[in-house]
Amino acid sequence: MNWLRVYAIVYLVFLYLPVLLLPVFSFNDATVIAFPLQGFTTQWFKELAGIDALHGALKNSLFIGIVSATLSTILGICAARASTRYRFPFKAPIMGAIMLPLVLPEIIVAVSLLVVLMQLGFSLTSWTVIMGHTLICTPFAIAILSSSFQGLDQSLEEAAVDLGETRWGAFSKIILPLVTPGIVASFLIAFTISMDEFIIAFFLTGADPTLPVYIWSQLRFPKRLPSVMALGTLLIVASLVLLSIAEYFRRRGIRRTGAKDSGGFL
Amino acid sequence: MSSIISLSGIQKYYGDYHALRGIDLEIKQGEFFSLLGPSGCGKTTLLRVIAGFEDVSEGVLLLDGADMARVPANKRPTNMVFQSYAIFPHLTVGQNVAFGLRKKGLSKDDMAKAAAEALEMVGLAGYGDRAAHALSGGQRQRVALARALVLKPKVLLLDEPLSALDKKMREQMQGELRRLQRQVGITFILVTHDQEEALIMSDRIAVMFEGEIAQMASPQELYRRPATRRVGEFIGVMNFLEAKQTGTSEKTINFDVEGLGAAEIGIDQFPEGARASADVVGLRPEALSILFEGQKSTGRVADATVQDLAYYGDMTYYEVTLEGSSTPVTISMKNLISRPVLERGTKTRVQWDERSLVIFAA
Repeated sequence: MNWLRVYAIVYLVFLYLPVLLLPVFSFNDATVIAFPLQGFTTQWFKELAGIDALHGALKNSLFIGIVSATLSTILGICAARASTRYRFPFKAPIMGAIMLPLVLPEIIVAVSLLVVLMQLGFSLTSWTVIMGHTLICTPFAIAILSSSFQGLDQSLEEAAVDLGETRWGAFSKIILPLVTPGIVASFLIAFTISMDEFIIAFFLTGADPTLPVYIWSQLRFPKRLPSVMALGTLLIVASLVLLSIAEYFRRRGIRRTGAKDSGGFL
Repeated sequence: MSSIISLSGIQKYYGDYHALRGIDLEIKQGEFFSLLGPSGCGKTTLLRVIAGFEDVSEGVLLLDGADMARVPANKRPTNMVFQSYAIFPHLTVGQNVAFGLRKKGLSKDDMAKAAAEALEMVGLAGYGDRAAHALSGGQRQRVALARALVLKPKVLLLDEPLSALDKKMREQMQGELRRLQRQVGITFILVTHDQEEALIMSDRIAVMFEGEIAQMASPQELYRRPATRRVGEFIGVMNFLEAKQTGTSEKTINFDVEGLGAAEIGIDQFPEGARASADVVGLRPEALSILFEGQKSTGRVADATVQDLAYYGDMTYYEVTLEGSSTPVTISMKNLISRPVLERGTKTRVQWDERSLVIFAA
């Protein structure tokens, strides 16, 4: 019993200490990342405001994140509905193939995408990154949305049709409102994944780097390190906020349909 | 009265599976009609065919004289109460009930009024603003009823509507449904696997086995004259005794019935085509009665031994064997203050009547 407790504590410290050091050093008044701490400053955060390349990367990342999240959520809705509502030949292998990017090494995905895009004569732009991100975000979207669709009573849609709605009307008036929380959650998680993603972005990005690629490029300059720490701190806060919102919507969806909670990400 | 629903030669295949095997059915305007059968007999499929959720592979469905072949579910003058009730959980009770009214081109006030009336009809007056997902099972059922009836359909379809309720609630709703049906005068088609429920509620019942209608009749007719042994077994309790044909006269056929002896059975007791081939007769538990000590017989009498009994309070069900027979026979006796409850092993006499013997079609 005691050993398990010690193990749990060590585990948590190992997991979160590096992350906790990030905000600590981002407020430290020294260019060297080392103890002892030198004093409190917000200078590094202020410095962030003045770097144009960072702002470009941030805008680029937001654009890629929003487009990838939208695309993968739309694809996720289609796939989740198909897999929960209909039976069709080769359903299991098809669904398996769609979910595969979840476990494929990202570097393999990135390199193969690069090779294919080069062969097809595409030039590397934000859109090529979007393709890659949509590919890896879609399985997450499906996983989240499937649980939303699965919780629905199949009779609901038939009942709406029975009461005079068309099939599309039944879907848009009954099914969509009921899975909206799942859609929001899927969008936010896909967005977070895209924002954080480095390998695919590194391989497929053109002239405009994404935020993680920009951060990586700055690590070569020791003087920039504290402001990278500050940027990291902001990103952690943003990620936590987004994930919390996503989880809030997922739970609200479960409450509204009166279904039982079966998992989720938080 | 005219037919509101007319089915002829309805066939339904799911791939190789033959779900409906030639259903012919006429349902009259204002009737409370039940489709009764064990699970997998095709009764729900038939209901969904009428609602328009399933296409037919063959056959014609007329609804109030109009061919429904090309009419989708949302354009049919039928409404359905689903087994799960399918109450929209994100809407209020009032919005649920008014859902179908939005397409009818009513003003907002008329819609609200109609919804409120429908809720009052099912005993949920004032529930309009409640959240639908917070209702109890019985309340959901009432909302589902109100939501369907508010559209004044020509036919209301009910798919096992009471199976999710507990026993007390179910019995209460059976009475209420029947009363509601008489009040609104709409044709109800009920799908159920519960023979008691079908008997209590219906004007007419179609018993279905393996995608076919085995018998269609009024509850009394169905109980007293089941057409086949299987129908007899499915509806209530029935005893079966072997019977040998020994001779015929103009109006009767003579049998030698296992344990009971010679019986003269009127030919009017025979279903069509059963005359030559009957080798078994059926007897309801109340068609036999135990003669308690000192009681005089008013009919035919056979000797019997009590093998087992089940005491229900108002009734006692005896399992007896008749002299010269090994088939156990169930007899139901009302418990009166003057009647003892017999013990196992008691020798007794059993009274019966030739008129209550049931002969089956082959």
